[in-house]
Amino acid sequence: MLNPISFAFKKARQENRAALLTYTVAGDSSKKQSLDILKSISKSADILELGIPHNTPVADGSQIQTSAYRAIKNGIKMNDIFKIVKDFKKSNKSKPIILMGYFNMIFQYGENKFLNKCNSSGVNGLIVVDLPWPENKNFAKKCKKKSIYFIQLLSPTTTKQRLERIIKDSHPMNYFISMLSTTGGKLKVPTNDILKNYTKIKKIDPKKEIVIGFGITEKTIGKLKSADGLVVGSAICKEISKSLKHRQNPVTNVSKLVKKLKSKIL
Amino acid sequence: MKIKKKIPLIDQANKLGFWGGKFGGNYVPETLKKPIEDLEILFNKLKNDKRFIDERDDYFKNWVGTPTRFIKLKNLTNHVGGAQIWSKIVSDANGGAHKIYNATVHCLLAKRSGKKFIIGDTGAGYAGKMLSMAAKKFGLKCKIFMGAKDIARQQPNVKAMKKNGAEVIPVYSGSQTLVDAVSECMRFWVANCDTTAMCVGSTVGPAVFVRICGWSTSQISRELKVQLIDEFGSIPKKLKLYNCVGGGSSSFGFWNEFMDYDKKQCEFIGVEAGGPAKSKKHAAPLTYGSKIGILHGAAQYVNQDLDGQIEETESISAGLDYPGISPLHCFLKDAKRARYTAATDEDALSAYKTVTKFEKLRPSLEPSHAFSVAIKEAKKLSKDTIVVVNSCGDAYKDREILKKRLGKKYVEPN
Repeated sequence: MLNPISFAFKKARQENRAALLTYTVAGDSSKKQSLDILKSISKSADILELGIPHNTPVADGSQIQTSAYRAIKNGIKMNDIFKIVKDFKKSNKSKPIILMGYFNMIFQYGENKFLNKCNSSGVNGLIVVDLPWPENKNFAKKCKKKSIYFIQLLSPTTTKQRLERIIKDSHPMNYFISMLSTTGGKLKVPTNDILKNYTKIKKIDPKKEIVIGFGITEKTIGKLKSADGLVVGSAICKEISKSLKHRQNPVTNVSKLVKKLKSKIL
Repeated sequence: MKIKKKIPLIDQANKLGFWGGKFGGNYVPETLKKPIEDLEILFNKLKNDKRFIDERDDYFKNWVGTPTRFIKLKNLTNHVGGAQIWSKIVSDANGGAHKIYNATVHCLLAKRSGKKFIIGDTGAGYAGKMLSMAAKKFGLKCKIFMGAKDIARQQPNVKAMKKNGAEVIPVYSGSQTLVDAVSECMRFWVANCDTTAMCVGSTVGPAVFVRICGWSTSQISRELKVQLIDEFGSIPKKLKLYNCVGGGSSSFGFWNEFMDYDKKQCEFIGVEAGGPAKSKKHAAPLTYGSKIGILHGAAQYVNQDLDGQIEETESISAGLDYPGISPLHCFLKDAKRARYTAATDEDALSAYKTVTKFEKLRPSLEPSHAFSVAIKEAKKLSKDTIVVVNSCGDAYKDREILKKRLGKKYVEPN
């Protein structure tokens, strides 16, 4: 059976558009609300990334940090995250979910136990921010055995030789970091340059899906729509923070935002 | 787990940067892979380059000021009764602490790599102060990341950094201490690694930073070895080296040259921060058996909850207030080469009182932790045992805390 992630790309391609990937933090701002957000945005988003909140996130900017600290403060634990995925999948079986996080959380849970739990709850892919190639080779192999995509990160600092080697080992989907930045940074390079880098990477193996992330907002997403997929994270986390501050419903506001994002890439 | 002889400990990591197969490594975002690899190549080349070593030694000698004194604390020895208590006064170094060695080397490396900016983290403020000094010396623009809580409690060092022209960036996330400062510094590096060099302030972080820092602070034990031989004719038969351990940079530097000696002859005792006696929080992952985890790019024993969230620490000493510990010390612990214990805030304050009462020496709260254990153990040791405590920082920065906790008379005007 085709991994739902690949199916989502296939479907977007048939519709002649980029796939829209969203990132929200599990348990932000509560377990229930984070599930409600997932359910609601799944109508517009093609692939849902769900962040495992961590309290020393070295690659995240202030928006995602705020979401993560909020979720932790509200008591989210690893098993709650799996439960959110499982509950979501009950009504959205084919919508792909990718868990994204830092390796210590997986390490403490136990790699094998973690992957078994991913499988039983319906996780389709994993992004581990601080487990780069080649350190991730063994873990990626374990993921493959469970039919879970291990998604490699590629950066503007990744050398050509390294790109080739990573992509050769990679699963069907990879993630290109648009610029030198933590998440949520302002897009500081022209979108054309990002697309040039993207094309270079795409050429190495055109069959592998490459999504672009970091610094993508309502304003910039349209200019990058020729990519296989685009990830929006911090802008969504920011919307949740803003809604809470103004005592508005984050679920409705985030859904509106995601709908708008989608309209920009159609 | 075994330590190899005749190979510097910093070079005993495997290809992926792990000591003992499991401590250290490079758990970093992809963006940092290349800058870290570049730094590794540069450092591996330069650490064996005679001209670079001469340059380093020249700065150490003429700017840092080497060697720092090695003195007998006669009054303290008489008061305690038991082993001879000596101290290596590393706080003699320019700036008042051992952090100057690592800062100098990082600036030299930054110059070689053509970088114009350097960033660093700091807890007690010494790493930041020294980096700001070195950056000024070498003409590099400098930013220091420091937890807001530490900024409040270590003002003298904050002032010094600013005076040296560094920008001090307060970090408000998490516990607002060293752990958050290191995270924020790494984040800045992720976003600016093309123009900026990063200095990690201790023997922590991705493997190359552990190695550079250990290589730099080893100056302390190189000097001590010569001084011991000058004083006693040879390395004493019963030698005990006490050092406080936070990230572990001063202790590693204090011990490195003695690594190959049998521990029966030369014992290493690391003293972690036990925190307030009444608090459950501490900064002593080795003493209290914390589990192995990943923090700031390296696998190490670290205070964390069952899920893997890093736990908040508590210590009177900002320099030791860190939930993790150098992979080098994890390795030394598991290889049973070093012994680790903890002293509480109260123990450290009491040791500070005792030392200042008997000697013209004012160790900062960090080495006061080491003095506490050294004094307790020296009592029970024979007179021919040589106890050496690394007095790696000066108490000037702790004036406000000491005034508050002990009263005015314990703070001399500087």
